[in-house]
Formats: sequence, C-alpha cells, structure tokens
Amino acid sequence: MTAITTRLGGVQWTHPKTIGFFGIALGALAAWLALPPLASRTAVLPIAIGIVAIAIGIWTWSREQRRVGGGAVASGILGIALGVVATRSSTAHLDQVVVWSALGAATLRYATPLTFAAIGGLFCERSGVVNVALEGMLLTGAFFGIWGAIWAHSWAGSWAWVVGVICAALAGMALAAIHAVWAIHLKVDQIISGTAINFLALGITGYLFIDKYGDTGTPGNVPDYGIPDVHLSFLQNWYFIGPIIGQLNLMIWVSFVLLVATYIFVFRTPYGLRLRAVGEHPRAADTVGISVYKVRYMAVIGSGAIAAMGGAYLSIGFVHSFNEGMTNGTGFIGLAALVFGKWRPFPTYCAALLFGFSSALADRLPSAYGNQWGTLFQALPYLLTLIAVAGVIGRSIGPAASGRPYVKQ
Amino acid sequence: MSDDEKRVDESVELPKSQDEVPQAPLEPGVIPPPSMHFASRFDGLSGIIAPLLTTLIAFLMGGLVVALTGKNPIKVYHAIWNGTGLNWFFHIGNHSARIPFSTTHMWFPWDTASISAQNLQQTLLLTSPIILTGLAVAFAFRCGMFNIGGQGQYFAGTIFAVWVGTSFSSLSPWVHIPLVLVIGALAGAAYAGIAGILKATVGAHEVISTIMLNWISIWVGSYLFGQGGPLQGSQASIPISNDIMESAKLPVFWGLKLLQGLSIGIFVAVAMLVVYWILINRTTLGFEVRAVGFNPEAARYGGISVARNYFLAMAISGSFAGLAGAVDITGWEYRIGENDIHANQIGFIGLAAALLGRNTALGVGLASLLFGALINGTSGRQLDPSIFRPELAGNLTTIIQGLVILFVGLNLGGVWVWLKRRRRA
Repeated sequence: MTAITTRLGGVQWTHPKTIGFFGIALGALAAWLALPPLASRTAVLPIAIGIVAIAIGIWTWSREQRRVGGGAVASGILGIALGVVATRSSTAHLDQVVVWSALGAATLRYATPLTFAAIGGLFCERSGVVNVALEGMLLTGAFFGIWGAIWAHSWAGSWAWVVGVICAALAGMALAAIHAVWAIHLKVDQIISGTAINFLALGITGYLFIDKYGDTGTPGNVPDYGIPDVHLSFLQNWYFIGPIIGQLNLMIWVSFVLLVATYIFVFRTPYGLRLRAVGEHPRAADTVGISVYKVRYMAVIGSGAIAAMGGAYLSIGFVHSFNEGMTNGTGFIGLAALVFGKWRPFPTYCAALLFGFSSALADRLPSAYGNQWGTLFQALPYLLTLIAVAGVIGRSIGPAASGRPYVKQ
Repeated sequence: MSDDEKRVDESVELPKSQDEVPQAPLEPGVIPPPSMHFASRFDGLSGIIAPLLTTLIAFLMGGLVVALTGKNPIKVYHAIWNGTGLNWFFHIGNHSARIPFSTTHMWFPWDTASISAQNLQQTLLLTSPIILTGLAVAFAFRCGMFNIGGQGQYFAGTIFAVWVGTSFSSLSPWVHIPLVLVIGALAGAAYAGIAGILKATVGAHEVISTIMLNWISIWVGSYLFGQGGPLQGSQASIPISNDIMESAKLPVFWGLKLLQGLSIGIFVAVAMLVVYWILINRTTLGFEVRAVGFNPEAARYGGISVARNYFLAMAISGSFAGLAGAVDITGWEYRIGENDIHANQIGFIGLAAALLGRNTALGVGLASLLFGALINGTSGRQLDPSIFRPELAGNLTTIIQGLVILFVGLNLGGVWVWLKRRRRA
C-alpha cells in the first residue's frame, strides 16, 4: 500500500514529462469525443482539443522531453484526423464499427498471440539473447498446433487441442534450440540467426502445409476440437464487462495467468534474479556460480515453447485454419510490444492491448466502409509499432548483455 | 513507472542518440575482442570456399527435406536445373545470332533461340532485381545495420514506377525511362530514410522499424492497386494497375518482348554492382560507412558523424531496392496487381544473396544469379508439376534461403574448436 501512495505522491505535476503525457491523453480524447457513445457531430471539438494537444507537445519538446513531446504532437494529429473522419461519416456506420464491448473482446483476441510472443521474448531477452525469431516460432506453433489437433482428433475427440498445444510447444522448442545453439555456443550474430530461423519456419511450415493439406486446406471441422471458449454465464448480463470477458477463449485466460506468473517468476524468485543477472552482467553471474549457458539455453528454449503456444492459439483457438505465412508479422509486433513495455510484463501487455485494439478496429472497419478502407487500416498496427519503436515513451534500454555472446574464461 | 526508475531518469543524464550509447562491453575497461565487432563476426568464413560450402550444405539439407516427404531429391534438383536455363551454356554448337538492336547476324557458339535460352532469359530477368535488393542489404550491412526492409523499399520503388510509368503519355523514351528509374530509386531512398532517421536520432532498431515499414508498404500497395483504389486500372472489377506507357518500357535485347524477353535491366543491375564497388572502396563516403560499420565508437573518435552515416547508408541502400522495383516494372512486369504485392519475395531473397555474397560486389552478383536461377527453376512456369509441385518447390526455395542465412554466418573454425573441446572433455 505504501508503495502505491508514494508512487501517486511521487508524480511531479508540473514536470514537462507529466504535461506531455497529458497532451497524449488529450489527443486520444479528441478522437474519442467524435466516436459513440458521445459521437459529437461537429468537427470543431476534436480539432480544438487536438490543437491544444499539439501545442502541449511542442512546449514539452522545447523543454527537452523530446519523445513525450513528439508523442503528444503525433497523438494530437491522429486525434484530429480520426475525429474529422468520424464526424464526416454517418452515425449508423459509426455505431456499426464502434461497439466498445465487441471491440474490447476483439482486442483481447488479437492481443493474445502478441502476449504469448512478447512473454516468450521477455524470457529470452532477459537472459541476454535477442530473439527476432519469435515470428517463426509463432508460425511453427500455428502449423504444428493444428497438425497435432487434426492428428489426435481420431482418438482424443474434442480434447485433441491439448495434443495440438503440446505438439506446438515441442516444435517451438526444437526451433528455439537451433537459435540457442547458434546464439550461445556458436556465437553467431543473433539477429542473423533469428532471421534465418524465420525463413526456415516459413519454408518448412509452407512445405508441410502444401504437402499435407495443399489441395483442400485444413479441414473445416477444426472448431469442433479446437481450444474451447470459457462461458461465464453469471457474467453474461453484466453491463459492458459481460460481453467482453463472458465468452473468452481458454488461451486468453491462460495468457492472463502466464502474465502474472511471469512477473512473479522474473521479479520475485531467485530463479528470476539469476535470469536477469545473466542478461545484465553474465561475467558477474558466472563468478557467483550461475551457469550462464544453462540459464540461457533454458530461457531460449522456454521462449520457443511459449511463443509457439501463442501460435497454436492463433490456428486452433482463433481462426481455426492454417495458411502459409499466416502470422503476418505478429511475432515482430510482439517483439515491438516488448521493447515498448521496457522488457516488463505488465507494460508489455498494455502495449500488446494497444496493438490488438488497432487490429480489432481494422477488422471491423470493412463492414461499414468497404474493403478499400479496411485494407488501408490493416497498416495501422504496423504504423503504431513503428511509432512505438521510435520511442514515444522514453528510450527503452534492454538488458545490458542482450545480443552479446558470452565467452567463458 | 516505479519510483526507482523515475529517479534514474532524472539523475542520470541519458544518452541523446544511438551513437552515444556505449556499446556495453561485457566488462568495463576491457576492450572487446575483435570477434565482438559486427562486421568481423563474419570473418570465420573467408574466401570463396566457405560460401560454396554453405550452399552445398543448404542444398543437401533441402534435399533431405524432399527425401523425407517421399520424393526423389536428385530428380527434383535435376528438373529445377533444367528449368533454370543454365544448361544453355553447355550446349555449344555452330549458330548465328542477331546483334542486339540491329539486323546484322554473326556467328555465335550458342543457340540464342532455344528453349533453354528462353529459360536463361527468365533467370537473368529475376537476377537483376535480386542483385539490386542484395546491394540494398549489403550497403547497410557495411555500415553495421541489418536492412530487412528491402521488400518495402522495393514496393516503394514499384508503386512510384507504376505511377510515373502510367502518367505522361507523350514523353520520349530517353526521358521517360530514366525518369521512372530515378523516381523509383528516390522513393526507395525516402522510404528507407525513415528507418535511417529513426536509427540516427532516437536509436530505434532498424530491424523492427524496417519490418514494420515492409508491412505498411504491403497494405498501402494493396489499397492503391486493390478494388476501388486510386491506382487501380481502367477495368473496375480487376485489382490490377494499368500498363505503363510504351515509352517507359525498357528495351528488350534478347528474345521477344511478347515472350518476356531479357531487357536491359540486367545491365542497370550490373552497372550498380560497379557503382557499389566504387562507392564502398574508392570514396570517402564508403570509407566512413565502413568505419562506422566496423566500430562506431572508434569512428566517432576519428571525427566521423555516426548518425549522418546511418542515415546516408540507409537511404543509399533504399535507393538500390527502389531501383529494383522500378527495373522490374519497366523491364517485364509493366503492371502490378494486388496479388503480386502479397506474393513478391524479391526483397527477402536479396537478404540471402547479400549474406551469401559476403557483401562484396562480385559475391552479391554471383549469389543473385544462384537465387535467380533457383526461383526461376522452381516457378510454376518452368517446373513440371508431375515431377514436383511448384508450390512445394517455392517453399523449398525459402528453406534453402533460410539454411544459407543460418550457415553463412557460422564460424566454421569456431565450430571445429568447439567440437574438439567437447571431445576432450
């Protein structure tokens, strides 16, 4: 409790950074006013508030808080743009797209693969190994998840998804093991070996997919034995919350548990301390008797298992089919969420929610505005990620030894 | 944000830009061994033997995948080889050939009109953009950056080449073609420049930013050429752009234009190999770029602006990739559809070509020929589906590409030492 109060009291309200964050919030407010339920029909309001946000941003910029200031300017411009677009389109269309509860549920669905990828990346990078292979691990998990479920369907019935998730995790671990050997023992540049693994995963899953399901695609009955939804019937009638979390996929709940477990493991147990020590200062860790290689191997292979489970959610919990290269950069967005969240579990999850929200929005737009605009909006999560890595909220400094092979003495 | 972090934020003066961030050696005061420098991590494989060995390993392992799924790898590779047209060089006889752009014929040892000659034209048509996207990766690499954004920069060049190529109906080809190529290159440079500026000013890692730029370009391209998009052609139901003007098409010097003959784009690509070599080895800019790539700390100590070189290197490499897009459009594609944008992989293949070619001009040229031949040989147009499905073969290409990248960075000497040590233990 004391920690919370000091944190609240510790905020310096007149500090340029605080004011800059206020500017970012104003930009969001500008867009929100033009959307349901308020749905202001005049463009003056969003424009005025957006201009205030931009002005605050410029002031913050001039006070040497460049990133927050830039963020406020960007948020103001985005707020004005969204606000004007929203006031220009009909209320019927807006009501069709902006159903907050449906958007909330879709956000959670889209954020889950990102969360698994980012948590996998967190273990890997906290141990000092850069993991750009998350994309390939997700894709591998997606393929082997659905492959395992289809294979197990004949004897495991509706529980086949368990086999699918296990297959996915094993395949992800195998792929991660390659990355681990290359990064830890062979001391190859970790970004290059990660890129190579992404290509390998793309090629292998594509090859096996064409070889096994090339003519007809994955079977249509996958939803029958995919990862089930959790129905919370007592929540159904609750206002707003019911529609969002009343009927979520099991893996989304697993991702919540994973998040808390990761926080406790990494920051509250001796094992987590060892993990972080190895990532920050491997020589010091080695000196006190921690086996740097062992910790790194376990972290990298574990990250493969976690990321691949996110892939399994994608194929047998979400879209119920597989396609060549179906992850479409999800792993990289997860990695960006990790950087955005400064390698900490909960901020990372907030970033994943932000990216998930933009995906959910892009998904719902075509129903009202036609495919053309929906297509353009598909670029939104990537644009947000780009803005995020540009460091809107402060420079994020990763584990000190990240990306550096450790040479034993 | 926790209390501790906040205190750190205020008390410690954070570095302002990427080049001020210390490169975090493992221990303060200890100079990192040469193997820690980005560029020198790739010295384990030297000369021509190592890339050849890498290719051999990649093809052997690719063959293993083919064999494991119940096909005969030797048959498959033989079919791919025949599709590449490289066998053309081995059929020497007594033929005559027309000198390009004239009517005179002269004696020539190879038959310029055979089927394998046509296959070779397709291989070389694919080789040209791969050389250029390979150079895009190689140039950034020499500056210590890993430009995975070749694909997006290629699309930037493609989009602007289509736009400029379909406009201006009555221009002379002498003006229109250079205009399209230059605008394409500039578009690529500007697009890559975004990643360069982000790297130079706020230190955003170029791998993530260029990948995001790739996806943005894919969706913007789909929007532009898709149903109802602003650059969609005159046929409202087909998501394909209009054809570019005749005046913007590169002249075809080998084969027939109707049969997708070889355009002079290959000469543009080879000329750029020379430009790359001169730029890297014989100019101040190249020296600075290499210095930054080898050791940014030392470069700054020597008075070189690291941030400026990050931006310049990224922009120049983007211009190579943008030119690749323009050469493809003006050389043989002439138009682009929404589907092409999702299927195109040229930028990523350039990545493998650059790494396999060890970022040298000659190496990139040879590796591009290898990948151009591989892609052409595995394409639906060349590969007999009764021997091996082209979709499978396309994925086989991706696997081989991944294996090449995986093994090319490997220090074989280091592996040998590691294995020896393990045996002793």
